[in-house]
Amino acid sequence: MDKKTVYSLKSLYREDMNIYGYTFGSGEKSACIVGPIRGNEIQQLYVCSRLVRALTALEKHNAILPGKEIMVIPSVNHYSMNIGKRFWPIDNTDINRMFPGYDKGETTQRIAAGVFDVVKEYEYGIQFASFYMPGDFIPHVRMMETGYHNPSLANLFGLPYVVIRKPKPVDTTTLNYNWQIWETNAFSLYTNATDQIDEESANQAVTAVLRFLARMGLIRYNCHGGYIASVLYEQELEVIRSDAAGIYRPLKKPGDSVSFGEKIAEIIHPFEGTVQGEILASTDGVVFFSHVKPLVMENEVVFKLIRRIHI
Amino acid sequence: MIETVVSVGLPVDENLVVKKNRLQPDTLTGQEKRICIVTGIHGDELEGQYVCYELIRRIEAQKEKLKGIVDVYPAINPLGIDSITRGIPMFDLDMNRIFPGSLTDGALSEYVAAKVVEDMDGADMAVDIHASNIYLREIPQVRVNEKTARELVPYAKLVNCDYVWVHSASTVLEATLAYSLNARGVKTLVVEMGVGMRITKEYGNQLIDGIFNLMIELGIWDSKERPAVKEPIVSTDHEVGFVNADVSGLFIPCVEHWKDIKKGALLGQIVDPLTGKVEQEVLSPMDGMVFTLREYPIVVSGSLIARVLGGKYHG
Repeated sequence: MDKKTVYSLKSLYREDMNIYGYTFGSGEKSACIVGPIRGNEIQQLYVCSRLVRALTALEKHNAILPGKEIMVIPSVNHYSMNIGKRFWPIDNTDINRMFPGYDKGETTQRIAAGVFDVVKEYEYGIQFASFYMPGDFIPHVRMMETGYHNPSLANLFGLPYVVIRKPKPVDTTTLNYNWQIWETNAFSLYTNATDQIDEESANQAVTAVLRFLARMGLIRYNCHGGYIASVLYEQELEVIRSDAAGIYRPLKKPGDSVSFGEKIAEIIHPFEGTVQGEILASTDGVVFFSHVKPLVMENEVVFKLIRRIHI
Repeated sequence: MIETVVSVGLPVDENLVVKKNRLQPDTLTGQEKRICIVTGIHGDELEGQYVCYELIRRIEAQKEKLKGIVDVYPAINPLGIDSITRGIPMFDLDMNRIFPGSLTDGALSEYVAAKVVEDMDGADMAVDIHASNIYLREIPQVRVNEKTARELVPYAKLVNCDYVWVHSASTVLEATLAYSLNARGVKTLVVEMGVGMRITKEYGNQLIDGIFNLMIELGIWDSKERPAVKEPIVSTDHEVGFVNADVSGLFIPCVEHWKDIKKGALLGQIVDPLTGKVEQEVLSPMDGMVFTLREYPIVVSGSLIARVLGGKYHG
């Protein structure tokens, strides 16, 4: 294992922010794994730290295949993480909306450029990300539909679902999108937590990455074969919005099966305790995304269901 | 007439309400043209608040001259303005990167965006007023995407700004309110002026004169006398120089806005208050004028210090 500084930034009064890359093996730049770009992505940090530990052990046992290099960048934005902010401390910009970056541009553009300059050299790119709508997901692999995306490769992680998102203009500045444009096979992995650590889905994510690296011929690693993934297009998910605002009481969670017309959440009047809204499943299927905050606004997306599928 | 554009229930006994004030003649012919004056997409940009107030006050004072419809939207992001928050509180995305929004499958902010666009659809003209951010001060300027420059620059010259910046197109800017409205045939000008969290009354009055001039041109305001408006400098990206900090520190400017400077002239210093040393002398990259200048003094590597307009205007 070799630890090197990918990018370094000086601040007026804080210590330098150093973005580190841990490399395993040497030779072709084969796979790069990038952790939290936002300061609240604690689960993503935890998963990457676990991967660094696992790859260190594999390297000691000569299980990184000759001529292959794997890099893990366990954190891009600990300046925000250390002070409890999601976005960049000074101007609140999102580094994951700055790719491919610009080395003569503004601070977060420079950070993005410094990271991208290194990670774009790799054949496979894996990012542990969080979605712009807060909530919990079924663990899945997410890809942008750029024309360069390859759902067959995404299947090799062995997670139950692969989701393909048609990019909106705002998505064109994300790491995942730009990785693909620069011809890296890019995947974003979503576990079912962000601000908190969820051991079960962290284990699943670590295993999924190691399984993928093994199947790509980069490491020797034996594990369960995982799932043959169902490939979903995000626009085909059934969206359910809240019909009232108040205290939110979900009755289903990601991965649960639901039937058409079944009550899947309640909205409680915040002062009087009465049920003032019932969320009903609008199709048979499986919960893919669920709102988890204890309060809900009117007309907020509270569920996304995978239509007509059974567990 | 105050109208609700969109209302969404918040969890505890409150609604997010976007309102507009519609000003129109007492008797309508059905042929009136409509202009939208919109601001407050970013909750920390307040220059447009004064413009809305003063514009409505002046129209009401001479209502007999009003021959068209003026829709004033002072707060597209009311929660942001009332909480000194640039974005919509609790939502990740910059509101001016989610248009035209979505009525069906997006976040709540995308729903609000869609309702705003729906309400403005069909207008003849819109002016979207921004105030930079809390970090930078801007001279009054109109920003026009090069894709719409041929159609919009003649209108941009009417609104009494110092400068019209025709900037290059980029995919991410397709998610702005102005882009969405222009794509629907609502000719939309984006005005940037002043600085976040402050009111620069002089700039506000300058723009209000320009809006009256535009309304006269469109037949919305009936006046034989036009306000005296400036002939703006029109330029493209090629003529704009960007100056960013190379080091972290405290920026102390030593130039003023909209003054001639020479290439290599000192724009300011970045100093270290702990050591008492100058860390960087910030120099102009070209002959020109400073139209953007750092207002918030703390900088890190990459922080934008200034934009300088060079090119043909000079000399």
